[in-house]
Amino acid sequence: MSQDHVDAAAPRRSIYRHALAVRLTHWLNVLSLTLLLMSGLQIFNAHPALYWGDKSDFEHPLLAMTAADAPDGTGIGVTTVLGHEITTTGVLGLSFSANGRPVERGFPSWATIPSYQDLATGRLWHFFFAWLLVLNGAAYLAYALASRHLGRDLLPTRHDLAHIGRSIRDHLRLRFPKGKEAEHYNVLQKLAYLLVIFVLLPLIVLAGLAMSPQIDAGFPVLLDVFGGRQSARTVHFIAAWTLVAFVLVHLVMVLVSGVWNNLRSMITGRYVVEEEEASDGR
Amino acid sequence: MDDRGTIERRLLLRAAAAAAALPLAGCDKLSSSDWFRSLLASAEGANLRVQRLLAGRQALAPEYTEAEISPRFRSNGTSEPDDPAYQALARENFASWRLAVDGLVERPTSFSLAELAAMPSRTQITRHDCVEGWSCIGKWTGVRLSALLDTVGLKPNARYIVFHCADSLGGGFEAPASYYESIDLVDAFREQTILAYAMNGAALPIPYGAPLRLRVENQLGYKMAKYVMRVEVVDDLTRIAGGGGGYWEDRGYAWYAGI
Repeated sequence: MSQDHVDAAAPRRSIYRHALAVRLTHWLNVLSLTLLLMSGLQIFNAHPALYWGDKSDFEHPLLAMTAADAPDGTGIGVTTVLGHEITTTGVLGLSFSANGRPVERGFPSWATIPSYQDLATGRLWHFFFAWLLVLNGAAYLAYALASRHLGRDLLPTRHDLAHIGRSIRDHLRLRFPKGKEAEHYNVLQKLAYLLVIFVLLPLIVLAGLAMSPQIDAGFPVLLDVFGGRQSARTVHFIAAWTLVAFVLVHLVMVLVSGVWNNLRSMITGRYVVEEEEASDGR
Repeated sequence: MDDRGTIERRLLLRAAAAAAALPLAGCDKLSSSDWFRSLLASAEGANLRVQRLLAGRQALAPEYTEAEISPRFRSNGTSEPDDPAYQALARENFASWRLAVDGLVERPTSFSLAELAAMPSRTQITRHDCVEGWSCIGKWTGVRLSALLDTVGLKPNARYIVFHCADSLGGGFEAPASYYESIDLVDAFREQTILAYAMNGAALPIPYGAPLRLRVENQLGYKMAKYVMRVEVVDDLTRIAGGGGGYWEDRGYAWYAGI
C-alpha cells in the first residue's frame, strides 16, 4: 500500500517542497503538453506518414497509417513501420466514430483536438499552446537560475552519482527514501527531470521550428542539425512520444510513492516526510 | 482496506473518468466558439512578427541541387480547373492568355506569357511544404514579382498583393468558390518570390498551375496560388470574398503560413 498509510507511530513531519513558481509552471506544462500532444496528433492525421531527409518519399515512408480492405470486404487499419505491416484496426489507420462508423484516420478521434478531422483548428490550438509552453519554460528557467533551484535541487551531487546503483535497485523494489533523503529529489529523478528540461523539450521545440519554411530561411542550420525538414518532423513525433513515456513513468512513480502526498506537494507545496525508524543496530 | 482509502480510490477513478471525457467534449465546443478561436488565433500575429524578426525580411529559403528534385511531385488542391474559359485557353496552350495586373497601381496592364518571360526572371530549386506535412522539391522559373510590380508602379496606399485564380474548390455541402490568395509587400518583394511559368525545365504543367503560379518560398503550399489569372493590389483584404485573404483563410487557416 502506498506510504501515506503509515503507522500512527511512525514520526512524520511536513516540509515545504515545491515553490509556488515550480507548482504553477508544472501545471501550465501539464495543460500545454496535453493540448499540444492532442492537437499535434490532429495535425499528424492530415498526412499520417513520416519520412527521413528533406522531402517525402511517398513510396517509402518510415511510418504510415492507412486503411485497407480485408479479404472479406471489411475495412482494417494498417500501420506500416519500416516496411513491416501491423494490423491496428480500431486505433491506428482506421477507427470508429462515436456512432460506430469506421473512419479512415491516423490516430482515433478520442486522441485528437478537435475530435473530428480539422487541420486548421488543430493548428490554431497547437501554435497557441506552443507559445504557452515556450513562455512557461522560459519563466521556469529564469526562476530556476535566479532562485538556485537548478543547482540546489536538480543538479546531481557527486554523492548522488556515486550511489546511482543503489537508487536504481531501490526504484526497482519500489522502495523510496525516508527521512533526510526524502527532502530532496533522488538521483534518478534529478536525471530524468534534467533530461526533459534540457534535452527533450528544447529538442521538440527546435524540431517543430525546423518545419517552418520561414524559420528554415533564417536558420538553415536547423535543417543541417536534423537532416532535413521531413527528418525534423519525424524527430518531433518521436520526441513527443518520448515525453509521453516520461509522463507515464512519472505518473506511476507519483502513484506508488504516495499519491496524496505527492499531489498535495504539487498543489500546496507541503510534503510529508516519514522519518527513518530509529537506528537500533539493525 | 479502510473506508477512507476506498472512498479516495473511488473518487480518484471518477475524477479520472471525468477528466478524460470532459476536456474532449469541451475542446470541441471551444473549437467552434468565436471568442476562443480568436484567442487561439492571437498566436498567429506573434508567429508573423517574431518569425520575421528572427529570420529577417531578406532571408532566402534553402535551395537544393538538381539531384534532389522529387521524382514525383504531389499535386494538391485542383489538378485541372473545370472552368470552360480556362479549358479553352489550355487547349490553345495559353497563346491568348493574359495576366491582368490592376488595383492600386499607377499603370494597370495586362501581360502575355511571352511578355512575362522577357522580364527579369529567377530560377530556383526549392522545397514545397504542404500544410498537411509532406514536402517535395522542384525547380521553378518565373518572373520576379518585384519586377512586375515595379513595372506597373504601386500606389502609396498599396498593402497587399492578391492573386485571383481560374480554379474553384468546394462542392458537396459547400458551393464552389474561386481560389485566391494574398501576401503583403514584405513577402512580395523577396528575391525568391516569383510568378512561375516553368517547372523542372519545362512549361508549367496543368496539375501544378499552368500557365502561371505563385512561388513564395518562405510560406506553406496553400499560399502558392496556381492558375493565376489576375493580380490585384489592395489596401485591405476584408472586402474580398470571405475577407480572410485567401480561399483557405476564409475556411479557418492562418493568413500567415510561414509555420
